[in-house]
Amino acid sequence: MGRTLAEKVWDDHVVRRAEGEPDLLFIDLHLLHEVTSPQAFDGLRMNGRVVRRTDLTIATEDHNTPTLDIDKPIADPVSRTQLETLRKNCAEFGVRLHPLGDIEQGVVHVVGPQLGLTQPGTTVVCGDSHTSTHGAFGALAFGIGTSQVEHVLATQTLPMAPFRTMAVTVDGELPDGVTAKDLILAVIARIGTGGGQGYVIEYRGTAIEKLSMEARMTVCNMSIEAGARAGMIAPDRTTFDYLEGRVHAPTGEDWDAAVAYWKTLRTDEDAVFDHEVRIDAAELAPFVTWGTNPGQGAPLSASVPDPASFADPSDRLAAEKALEYMGLSAGQPLREVAVDTVFVGSCTNGRIEDLRAAASVVEGRKVADGVRMLVVPGSVRVALQAVEEGLDQVFTAAGAEWRHAGCSMCLGMNPDQLAPGERSASTSNRNFEGRQGKGGRTHLVSPQVAAATAVAGRLASPADLSDVPAPAEV
Amino acid sequence: MEAFTTHTGRAVPLRRGNVDTDQIIPAHWLKKVTRNGFEDGLFEAWRKDPSFVLNAPEYKGATVLVAGPDFGTGSSREHAVWALQNYGFKAVISSRYADIFRGNSLKNGLLTVVLPQETVEALWKLVEADPTTEVTVDLVAREVRAEGVTAPFELDDNARWRLLEGLDDISLTLGNEADIAAYEARRPSYKPSTVQV
Ligand code: SF4
Repeated sequence: MGRTLAEKVWDDHVVRRAEGEPDLLFIDLHLLHEVTSPQAFDGLRMNGRVVRRTDLTIATEDHNTPTLDIDKPIADPVSRTQLETLRKNCAEFGVRLHPLGDIEQGVVHVVGPQLGLTQPGTTVVCGDSHTSTHGAFGALAFGIGTSQVEHVLATQTLPMAPFRTMAVTVDGELPDGVTAKDLILAVIARIGTGGGQGYVIEYRGTAIEKLSMEARMTVCNMSIEAGARAGMIAPDRTTFDYLEGRVHAPTGEDWDAAVAYWKTLRTDEDAVFDHEVRIDAAELAPFVTWGTNPGQGAPLSASVPDPASFADPSDRLAAEKALEYMGLSAGQPLREVAVDTVFVGSCTNGRIEDLRAAASVVEGRKVADGVRMLVVPGSVRVALQAVEEGLDQVFTAAGAEWRHAGCSMCLGMNPDQLAPGERSASTSNRNFEGRQGKGGRTHLVSPQVAAATAVAGRLASPADLSDVPAPAEV
Repeated sequence: MEAFTTHTGRAVPLRRGNVDTDQIIPAHWLKKVTRNGFEDGLFEAWRKDPSFVLNAPEYKGATVLVAGPDFGTGSSREHAVWALQNYGFKAVISSRYADIFRGNSLKNGLLTVVLPQETVEALWKLVEADPTTEVTVDLVAREVRAEGVTAPFELDDNARWRLLEGLDDISLTLGNEADIAAYEARRPSYKPSTVQV
């Protein structure tokens, strides 16, 4: 019987297979950041261990880093200690680090791909659940806990329990104005936040093949929000073109050998998935969340659902609690929900294409009165590219704040937070209670919807902006 | 890692599903660089509400958490496991866990037991009716016991053995050093390296 893409990559990384034991897998790339690594380095020190493969390890600072005044010492002493701990650990153990202020600094999942480190057929891990992002390249990439970070540092391997395979096939043409973010939010709403548990999801079908690398990263990024171990997309010409010429991409004969291998990384015709989901791209629409988990979403044109309409009692209870927390009532049209904050950024939607998309909507328009719009590029490289294209000017002219790269309001570990009761439209990936700040309320949206919402002051898509002043003719 | 064989203690009924790790331990706690001192951050937002079950005096000192389905979703933060342990929990019972959380818990000796939702419901009723009820989580027999409840649970032999013995995964893996070296020797040259170019 044929094998799926995920099974092929897995098989190519088995260091040891023994009856009654989990497979021991080799890890090609280990990404580190300040939050989940300090206790792992402590563990190494306590046991007198070293980092086995510093040449397969790289660190950056993202979760805690401020997005303003980055040349000044970090005001929060606890954040400062954590960053200093990472610097000290990387120096002591010989790990390459891109700290705040460095040109390669940024959200870890933006940095890996842009350096060309994330490649098809590799295993990628990081102490961060959104490591699934890297699966967009046909890598088997998953988030791990701190004990596993320590394990990979010490051994460059991980014992891994077997996974099941799921195919999410999206065929057809995405309608105008519908993005990768809308697609993945719709997938999560369909299969639920636990629907992917134990699975590696492979996204396939004609609509997926047409996506750019950046859009593919958006899709794979949120696999974890469906509970999946990882998300993957088979590498193709789009993947190879993205990688060619990047700093860490192979060159010369190595490039040819790599591409020859990468081309084998497709699910065999006769392979069988444990579970299959089919979605018609033409039926998708701009999608927003109304609740406090990423599965609680609906098309923007819909209304807040009535909890009583959920058949499952625990879904009903969850919906009731969510509406209470979100300050919404059943039947309220989503387009009438007013926000006070808009966040464009994160490892889901903080890449250059995302910024271009948001900029094209706000260009020549103004952020609505009383709305704060924060634009946080995913990395310094993304920021520089945006400045080169003048996007920063577009944002500031519209009244948005142009910030320095980092995770920022995606999780509010730095000063960028919602105040209690504040409501945001956010291009990030989690709308959990308090995720963006204690008492903050989050609606997950695409960059286009975020930008249109900033202009309208309420949840909106670019198509809804006809009633607000149109962009000036140029 | 601390070994886990069998544990008996009082239990807290947490009637909520989809408890994500942001609720178990909010992000601002993640700035700490140690594995301890997270107990005050456990369910921090909910504990502000006096009616939250963990605040009820009758559940003080309980060591088993009985939670709704999909416990531990979201962020990979192992701090969630440390917070539960720092607070005093030895075992969690739920019908379903997020994968990363489950892996993290077993690596730290926090036993996460999977039981059918009906059994979870039965345990909830039991400990709500009488908070002094003791629940036994027996890894040797792979069984949860409480008054009127005897529920077998599954845990694969390998994970169970590691827990029972309190084994350190890294030492076990380093025992296979020759396999790792052999794999490294046959790894293709086109694979990426982080060495600065
Ligand atoms: S941007 Fe958000 S989701 Fe991504 S790594 Fe940072 S905190 Fe995590």
